[in-house]
Amino acid sequence: MIRVSIVGASGYSGGELLRLLLSHPEVEIAQATSRSHLGEYLYQVHPNLRKRTSLKFSDPASLEPCDVLFLALPHGKAQLEINRYADLAPNIIDLSADFRLRSPKLYQQWYGNSHAAPEWLDRFVYGLPELHRDQIRQAHYISGVGCNATAANLALLPLVKAHLIDPEKPVVIEIKVGSSEGGAEGNPGTHHPERSSVIRTFSPFGHRHTAEVIQESGINQVIMTMTSVDLVRGALATVHASPAMGVTTKNLWRAYRETVNENPFLRLVKEQRGIYRVPEPKILTGSNYADLGFDFDEEHHHIISICAIDNLMKGAAGSAVQCMNLMLGFAETLGLEFPGLHPI
Amino acid sequence: MSNIYCPECEAEIDLAADTFVNEIVVCPDCGIDLEVLSLDPPEVAPAPMEAEDWGE
Repeated sequence: MIRVSIVGASGYSGGELLRLLLSHPEVEIAQATSRSHLGEYLYQVHPNLRKRTSLKFSDPASLEPCDVLFLALPHGKAQLEINRYADLAPNIIDLSADFRLRSPKLYQQWYGNSHAAPEWLDRFVYGLPELHRDQIRQAHYISGVGCNATAANLALLPLVKAHLIDPEKPVVIEIKVGSSEGGAEGNPGTHHPERSSVIRTFSPFGHRHTAEVIQESGINQVIMTMTSVDLVRGALATVHASPAMGVTTKNLWRAYRETVNENPFLRLVKEQRGIYRVPEPKILTGSNYADLGFDFDEEHHHIISICAIDNLMKGAAGSAVQCMNLMLGFAETLGLEFPGLHPI
Repeated sequence: MSNIYCPECEAEIDLAADTFVNEIVVCPDCGIDLEVLSLDPPEVAPAPMEAEDWGE
């Protein structure tokens, strides 16, 4: 059995990691740390884990060596102690934004401060298997993925890979997100009377995840608009792009079909009948699947690409466990086969 | 059984041995209704589908 530990396990991504790893057939959880919940049983913070584990939260200062270390700390924390973590584990998967961007300059531009461990940025592989599967298989250090960036990057993947969009034209991405994306710590904006029933555009452009989309898609002109909606889990990316010269609907079908055939957690949803004709996050709750869809207005030369995910799964913990599977040579889908619920 | 390709999305479709002319088959990828126009050679064409607005 592989011994894994989770640093910062009391947050939502940490809880989701625990849920996945407790059921993973090749993994034993050694430690789950939390300063604020030190000594409490895991299920006292993550109630869905009652009767699944008798582990208690441990002190991050007492972290012991293990095979894989997951870091689920707030942004900015992992970079401060990365050398200590690397001494404790040969494999690290960091879910925060600390090691997602390859360039220290880019990090400073988007996060507003200089990186505390810039020499580590090149050692991390961006942890989206659909983009970097072979690199992840060889890697020891994996960065997490931004949930909004994941929905955007996966919506763009078939288009970019098959060169179906005009690189000279801007790509506009509308993202709708649920409240769990904001993390387990509350703020005035997450107070129930203020958050409930909202459709709130909290970032018309310039959201930090835009940097990951630019870096990973190679598209320079990306405008990403973030709107919070009345969901707990879920992110939906709607991409608007201009087609390259001569692109037809059949080109799009071929590209999307090829992409979903190559990736076990990508599904094409483009139905002619029924209710679920396009990707919707609702039915992906708890699942590592990402549903893709598209449409093409040939008359007005406009492509619409859609991706739905569970932000805590494909957009965080699910992709992280998928990366662990690849790093350790396990089946990529091990422990991640849950298809979601319907109805929900 | 013979294979044809969907005229809408180019998905490969297996026509069962007992398929008959004028039968409606559904494309497994794009879900469009296809009418079987002939069996030898196999030929299909999009069939009219009822438009829906999902109640919106």
